[in-house]
Amino acid sequence: MAKNTQSSRFRGVDIDEYDENKFVEEQDEASEQQGPDAREVDDLIRQGDTMTAFHVALRNPPINSKNPAVKERAQAVVLRVLTAFKSSDIEPAVKSLDRNGVDLLMKYIYRGFEKPSDNSSAILLQWHEKAFAVGGLGSIVRVLTARKSV
Amino acid sequence: MSYHSFLLEPISCHAWNKDRTQIALCPNNHEVHIYKKDGNNWNKIHVLKEHNGQVTGIDWAPESNRIVTCGTDRNAYVWTLKGDVWKPTLVILRINRAARCVKWSPKENKFAVGSGSRLISVCYFEQDNDWWVCKHIKKPIRSTILCLDWHPNNVLLAAGSCDFKCRIFSAYIKEVEEKPAPTPWGSKMPFGEVMFESTGTAGWVHGVCFSDSGNRVAWASHDSTVAVAEGGKTAVCTSLTSETLPLLCVTFITENSLVAAGHDCYPVLFVYDSNKAALSFGGKLDIPKQSAQKGMSARERFQNLDKKATSDTKEAVLESVHKNSISQISILNGGKAQCAKFCTTGMDGGMTIWDVKTLESAMKDLKIV
Repeated sequence: MAKNTQSSRFRGVDIDEYDENKFVEEQDEASEQQGPDAREVDDLIRQGDTMTAFHVALRNPPINSKNPAVKERAQAVVLRVLTAFKSSDIEPAVKSLDRNGVDLLMKYIYRGFEKPSDNSSAILLQWHEKAFAVGGLGSIVRVLTARKSV
Repeated sequence: MSYHSFLLEPISCHAWNKDRTQIALCPNNHEVHIYKKDGNNWNKIHVLKEHNGQVTGIDWAPESNRIVTCGTDRNAYVWTLKGDVWKPTLVILRINRAARCVKWSPKENKFAVGSGSRLISVCYFEQDNDWWVCKHIKKPIRSTILCLDWHPNNVLLAAGSCDFKCRIFSAYIKEVEEKPAPTPWGSKMPFGEVMFESTGTAGWVHGVCFSDSGNRVAWASHDSTVAVAEGGKTAVCTSLTSETLPLLCVTFITENSLVAAGHDCYPVLFVYDSNKAALSFGGKLDIPKQSAQKGMSARERFQNLDKKATSDTKEAVLESVHKNSISQISILNGGKAQCAKFCTTGMDGGMTIWDVKTLESAMKDLKIV
């Protein structure tokens, strides 16, 4: 078959947008969610206070934001904090979170898996093991079914 | 509790008759089989063949002894027992997608069918034409209706849907009933009015249930949460995220306790405290038999570590009674106020009858409020 039949560039109109049965997500306010404060987190890491940095990084998650740059920034901040932890400190850090915190941590972990870099997968897997012990299969199911994620 | 394996295929849906001696179930095909209890055995006494597609919902009206079934062939049939034979009557639902669930109303003068056409068909019998007629509830449903439950006042209907919401609609049909009295969910109830819509939970709503008084509604959602809402000026919603796989069906066994079951293959108990508006996990309702622990040699331990990265001795065999997901739960005795026995059927083709008193005494820490 001719190769040009695979290209869809000739399609000028996206008809799925005009389908009256199309499911439109509810719009929520995205005003206050700018992601965690990168500078504050950096300072805390430099001081060696990884636990507080961890809690600060998990504040203000950009869940409702439609701006991909905000989400990327938040993801980078959280990944920095997770990498700064010593293996033995991971478990107490996870234990200090509440239910929603564990779900949020799982969301960031899976987001981190999507774009692996140098050593990130190994560190994320350690965090995943500890978060799974607390959150169980339910927290992973919530990552998969969440409509608004980090 | 007693477990009976009916088939090798999943049981798509089931319904009990009034005195709980007969069970109608769909063995994952186009038919409905009715089994009668005979001592410890179950004998197949009837096979109802009329549907052209898998039967997705069965409900057996206890007082009028009629069965309503709905299927993926977009039809529903009302079956009446004439002598020793069940005779079907077709009900035109006017839907263009599969029907998913069906429930008789408490007074058995109407029934509701949820379907993939994003609407609920409320059907009632018109005496003049000797025919079942249906009315549609369409707005604001955006996706398939997965589950339904009627309020004891015969008018309000709770529906769980794939658009991540649980809603309570009014299904008031002026041809068959009087205007209903005001309830905590609202006082004006014209047909199709949305009395309550849930917020907060993501995930398809697999199971929904009203409490015995009708003042509370509980639903189980695919994001592994269970939620309870209480009617009132402002409906209060509380939800509990769980560490287990999603639950597929939920029912009240007392005004404050819920039993739910799902992909984890065992029922669990939840307790709702209305003073604190909090839902808490009550316990796992399955008593696995204790398997003997074999010792492991060092070589086996190392092999396990190499292969599975864990030296755990647990085998990959389910310890629960059901060997596959539980898809439906029904109350046998005691009603939703003081349930004494309930029944679960699942994808392993088995049916288990659970005795609440036995469970309470068997599991310490289990308290059914």
